[in-house]
Amino acid sequence: MRHLTNRTGAALLMAPLLLFLAAAYAWPFLGVVKWSFTLPEPGVGQYGVLLTDPLVQSVFIRTLRICAIVTVASVIGAYAITFVWVRGSPAQRIFAEFCILVPFWISVLTRAFGWVALLSNRGLINTWLQAVGITSEPLALVRNEFGVIVGMTHFLIPFAVFPLASAMRSLDDRVLLAARGLGASRTRTFWTVFVPMTASGIIGAALIVFVFALGFFVTPAILGGGRSVMIAELVYLRIFQSPDWGLGAAISVVLVIFVAALMALLFRYIRPRQMV
Amino acid sequence: MPTYRPGPVSLLAAGLVALFLLMPLLAVVPVSFTPSRMLAMPSGELSLRHYRALVEDPRWLDSILLSIRIGVVSSAFSTLLALCFSLGVWMFQPRFTALLVGFVLLPMVVPPVVSAITLYFLLTSLSGLSSIFGYDTWLGVAMAHSVMTVPFATVLILVALSQLDRRIDLAARGLGASTWQRATGIIIPNIKFGIVTAALLSFILSWEEIGVTLFITSVNAITLPRLMWMGLRDNINPAIAALSVILILLTVAVLAVRSFIQLRRPARS
Repeated sequence: MRHLTNRTGAALLMAPLLLFLAAAYAWPFLGVVKWSFTLPEPGVGQYGVLLTDPLVQSVFIRTLRICAIVTVASVIGAYAITFVWVRGSPAQRIFAEFCILVPFWISVLTRAFGWVALLSNRGLINTWLQAVGITSEPLALVRNEFGVIVGMTHFLIPFAVFPLASAMRSLDDRVLLAARGLGASRTRTFWTVFVPMTASGIIGAALIVFVFALGFFVTPAILGGGRSVMIAELVYLRIFQSPDWGLGAAISVVLVIFVAALMALLFRYIRPRQMV
Repeated sequence: MPTYRPGPVSLLAAGLVALFLLMPLLAVVPVSFTPSRMLAMPSGELSLRHYRALVEDPRWLDSILLSIRIGVVSSAFSTLLALCFSLGVWMFQPRFTALLVGFVLLPMVVPPVVSAITLYFLLTSLSGLSSIFGYDTWLGVAMAHSVMTVPFATVLILVALSQLDRRIDLAARGLGASTWQRATGIIIPNIKFGIVTAALLSFILSWEEIGVTLFITSVNAITLPRLMWMGLRDNINPAIAALSVILILLTVAVLAVRSFIQLRRPARS
């Protein structure tokens, strides 16, 4: 094989991965789609359940509510720290980068556990509140929706940072200088020039966080303590606890369609920069 | 240098976010030294019993070894597949590249729970065919982890290739190098750093993987995150705090080494 023709060369190199994913990902996904139409009996019955079952509906609504709150909180938090990461002094930048990257690389379980250690009845915050005498009973901070929102926001902030940082970096400094030169205060420049000019980054970050939050499963399962079940955890429960594979599969299919629609929206706002 | 710098209000806001980001990581440190058998803040006395439990309880050690084995196998496999694929894309620039790359990236963008149920379907189907690759086997888990990590490895290698100067490859080709010589003699040595990063990231992602692992293991293939999960769901075992402290320190150390290497690299080239 001295000089392979383009077609054979490319085929030989690219085939192994494509075949692997076709066999180990695309084919079984079709199998899941099949489950959703055949279990427990052939037909679209499971999709009917999705539309009518009050439990499934309440989980869907709770998921959308939590995802919306988490998205707003993550984007605001990420914006604050990204601003310093991109525009701060060198020392501030290093510190901001450390605060963004260390949590990013630490496993989701460790982070969820950290929140349990902080928020549980005998955790850091409740111990302190009672020692100081602010409260006499432990506050319920975890194993409820509040804990889920806190844990997910913590997990998703770093993901919101990256699109925001790229929007803030590509901003032309001279525009800001012009605003300042024309007499706008620093606060006014920030709100009327800086924030509007990074709007594409904000929309991109919000969509990424929302999409990630939808399929999220580990953090809600630990910090929600089985009480505020989200849609992804419902899939797990339907597969392993009350075996109803058809419903679990149907929820998965709906989730994929929903995420695909959101991704299409995402690509309309952020042109993917050429990857290759 | 930016001329527009954050003022005191922005710094305060960023500081609060930084505190929020670091807080849960710091909180596990005192808990890990509690003498109590339950999750609680130490009151007065400190104890290393939970660190000792990590060493003495064979379940922790077994799962650590299993996670390392799965991580190494799946990282090697996915890095190799990703490398071949990316070389094909870069060297031959075939038609429909964007479509094919998009297909490869699917496991990265599809909600994790959907990937999990998909791989559950795969492994339960394979269980009928062979007993080494099926549900709850370590090779099955390694294969599933490869599916999940291969998009990340591909992205990193493609990014490394995109920074490579095409003219050196053209020169090699003009001098009569074969496809194999171009790949192994010219291209791969130039993207070494990208390949190593891809392998490392694949290993770390497999080492931490829990969403998919929960669906495809039950009693045999208990990886470290799976064991942590079991200890987190019911009665919280403070040994997890000790383990978390060690994992956090390891992460900080790896990040520090990585930035050190990165700082030194531009000086060389």
